[in-house]
Amino acid sequence: MNNKYRLTMQEMTKQYPGCIANNDVTLKIKHGEVHALLGENGAGKSTLMKMLYGVVKPDQGDMFFNGRIMNIKEPADARDLGIGMVFQHFSLFETLTVAQNIELALGDLAGHSSTLAGRITKTSTRYGMPLDPHRLVSTLSTGERQRVEIVRCLLLDIQLLILDEPTSVLTPQEVDALFKTLKSLKKEGCSVLFISHKLHEVIELCDSATILRGGKVSGHCIPKNETSESIARLMVGDNTPISNQTRRALGTADFLTVNNLTTAAQALFETPLKNINFAVQQGEIVGIAGVAGNGQEELLKVLSGEQIQASSSAIKFKNTVVDALCPLKRRRLGLACVPEDRLGRGAVPTMDLAQNALLTSFDSGLVKNGFLVKQKITELANKIITKYKVKTPSFRTHAASLSGGNLQKFIIGREVEQSPKLLVMSHPTWGVDIGAQVAIHEAILKLRDEGCAVLVISEDLDELYKICDRIGAICDGKLSPILNTDTVPLVQLGQWMAGDFSDVFNNQPKVHTPQGALA
Amino acid sequence: MELDVITNILYATIRTGTPLLLVALGEMVCEKSGTLNLGQEGMMLLGAVAGFITMYQCDNLFIGFTVAALVGVMASLIFAFVALNLNASQVAAGLALTIFGTGLSAFLGADYEGKTINALPTLAIAGFEHIPVLGKALFSQDAIVYLSWGLVLGAYLFFKYHRAGLAVRAIGENPSVGNNLGLPVMRTRYLAVMFGGALAGIAGAYLSLAYTPLWTQNMTAGRGWIALALVVFASWRIERVMLGAYLFGFASIMHLVAQAFGWAVESNLLAMLPYGATLIVLIMLSKNKQKLKMYEPMWLGKPWHKGH
Repeated sequence: MNNKYRLTMQEMTKQYPGCIANNDVTLKIKHGEVHALLGENGAGKSTLMKMLYGVVKPDQGDMFFNGRIMNIKEPADARDLGIGMVFQHFSLFETLTVAQNIELALGDLAGHSSTLAGRITKTSTRYGMPLDPHRLVSTLSTGERQRVEIVRCLLLDIQLLILDEPTSVLTPQEVDALFKTLKSLKKEGCSVLFISHKLHEVIELCDSATILRGGKVSGHCIPKNETSESIARLMVGDNTPISNQTRRALGTADFLTVNNLTTAAQALFETPLKNINFAVQQGEIVGIAGVAGNGQEELLKVLSGEQIQASSSAIKFKNTVVDALCPLKRRRLGLACVPEDRLGRGAVPTMDLAQNALLTSFDSGLVKNGFLVKQKITELANKIITKYKVKTPSFRTHAASLSGGNLQKFIIGREVEQSPKLLVMSHPTWGVDIGAQVAIHEAILKLRDEGCAVLVISEDLDELYKICDRIGAICDGKLSPILNTDTVPLVQLGQWMAGDFSDVFNNQPKVHTPQGALA
Repeated sequence: MELDVITNILYATIRTGTPLLLVALGEMVCEKSGTLNLGQEGMMLLGAVAGFITMYQCDNLFIGFTVAALVGVMASLIFAFVALNLNASQVAAGLALTIFGTGLSAFLGADYEGKTINALPTLAIAGFEHIPVLGKALFSQDAIVYLSWGLVLGAYLFFKYHRAGLAVRAIGENPSVGNNLGLPVMRTRYLAVMFGGALAGIAGAYLSLAYTPLWTQNMTAGRGWIALALVVFASWRIERVMLGAYLFGFASIMHLVAQAFGWAVESNLLAMLPYGATLIVLIMLSKNKQKLKMYEPMWLGKPWHKGH
């Protein structure tokens, strides 16, 4: 094997019942380079990483590390070789402190717990991501949690750091800080494997890239010599539309008004909402950005009626105070809601699509004298499936067996078909492939043009800039001002996401939208 | 005279609370790893009958307790295999173990009902036993009482200071994360379940070899169930488990206290007292939901397999 490569994965194949997740995939990473692994959801990125990290056994293929064959049975083996991995869903224990979390992962290498805290502080400051070793992980922000993961890897003297979609949970400022850290790691000779679908970040950071599509390698490139569009083509193939022009709109009259909304924390890890004021007008899309865990879930709960505020009058639909109304009554006033959690909140996993369609639409003529009208229910389900291009064998398929993107299209279709007056959505395209993303955005825009008020809560800034007419951010339960999207530069939004609402009146008039992959 | 009464109450409280303390401690460790074993009652009964039969045959207390502990471990292994390897519902597997243990112990012990053995003797600790009031109450107990104190202290230190204790807590919070980090999830959970089984066996044997040195069917009288409730209401904290166990012990001997002071109280009311009082006190202690979350193993009772 050639020794110039840090890692070589040769002709990897992994087959699951019914699909080939990886088919003859070869990946090579040099010493001291930042290599991007690109691909849509379901392209096989995770499977490849799981094989590398010893979570999944490959059916075929060889892996070499520094020219020597790797024999990896479990994550501990990969770690012993000097491979560190930062998972997309953090591998942290919430009820333990930073130091305890790191101690558990390092095992014997952690040394005595009294010296470990000092080492954590030293390493974390050296790479520009300070951490307090004695804080409980449950009190850390998402960005800080990611630092814990990275510092944990750095303490092991790793030679290859794998980051799985690391920036999707960060503010733009935190992304900059992360990139600085990665660049200094690279200088020290450490290789980085950067998995992402944010192409402008890949172009900024990565030296080379491998692109996967449908479980196969669809191309290699040097990102700096490419454009977002050319890379996106390699990811999605030739037939999928990858961009759609959006048009801003002006709202007409307020439909949803929220005045001084304040909530108390119900449980340990919840963020209470603090004095929130905003309005959503008919015929506009309002976007709320923010790093996860800053009150988005809580806001969605009080708006949808999942959490009822008996003794307040902060939320109004037109002129009706709805604080004390249950979800059903709010729904009858015109509210439709698409929660973040598709399986469990948005749909019942073990029920088929027709039954799931019925769940929120039973008011629209699907029930007669208390009995279900089977024919109409299947008609509705079939209509949603065709109109929103849901890929499924039939309406009898269980919700759980649909892919995330398809189920999301179905859920959004179900809500849109009831022509709501207000649609509240949380992370509408999270984990959805590009084709489905375009379809979902089109449906939302069409609904807006028909006069619906739309509120989108999302962490995906590209998405918010693309579809929202007005935009703001939530941080620690407080809401920033909500301004016309075209007057809010990315830097400003980043500040808001970090909780700094001060700069509002010195707004630069210059329009500066992100170089989003698909904008 | 008054002081003597207090000493006796204290002495009896500890003796009565000890089997509960042992079984609850075992269950707590087991639950910390995220495994809910509802089979405590069954394992206690198996331990009780195994300990009694061994003692009757060999007349050796050490062997008696050892066999009881081993039988408890074996019973817990049935549960561990079904619940951890086959991923059956932990609730169902635990209930089945209790039903199995109740039946099997009655069957095995049928010939031994009414037989007598030499009970576990007390073991005074030289020097301490003459301390007024506390001396006899605390330091003229039997070996198993001292063992229970050692285990409580050991478990406390283990969870607070030892890396392996940290690992058990972490696995109870999220075994998938533990596996990603290379922690031995299965081994930890197995060991925790086996520890629970051993202590349940010893607790059962304490009833049949020390507390009331004879075997009767169902002699545990629901202590296994109380222990389960105790762990929850003690919010998985060792010091509270100990408090709860002795509270139960104290309430159990209230009829003796009532007699000593000449109170006239309905005896059924007194019989109900230990169960009621323990639960009420611990429920009051566990009111703080936020704090509870810090100690509750979040993965408790959920099946887990690699690649979850």
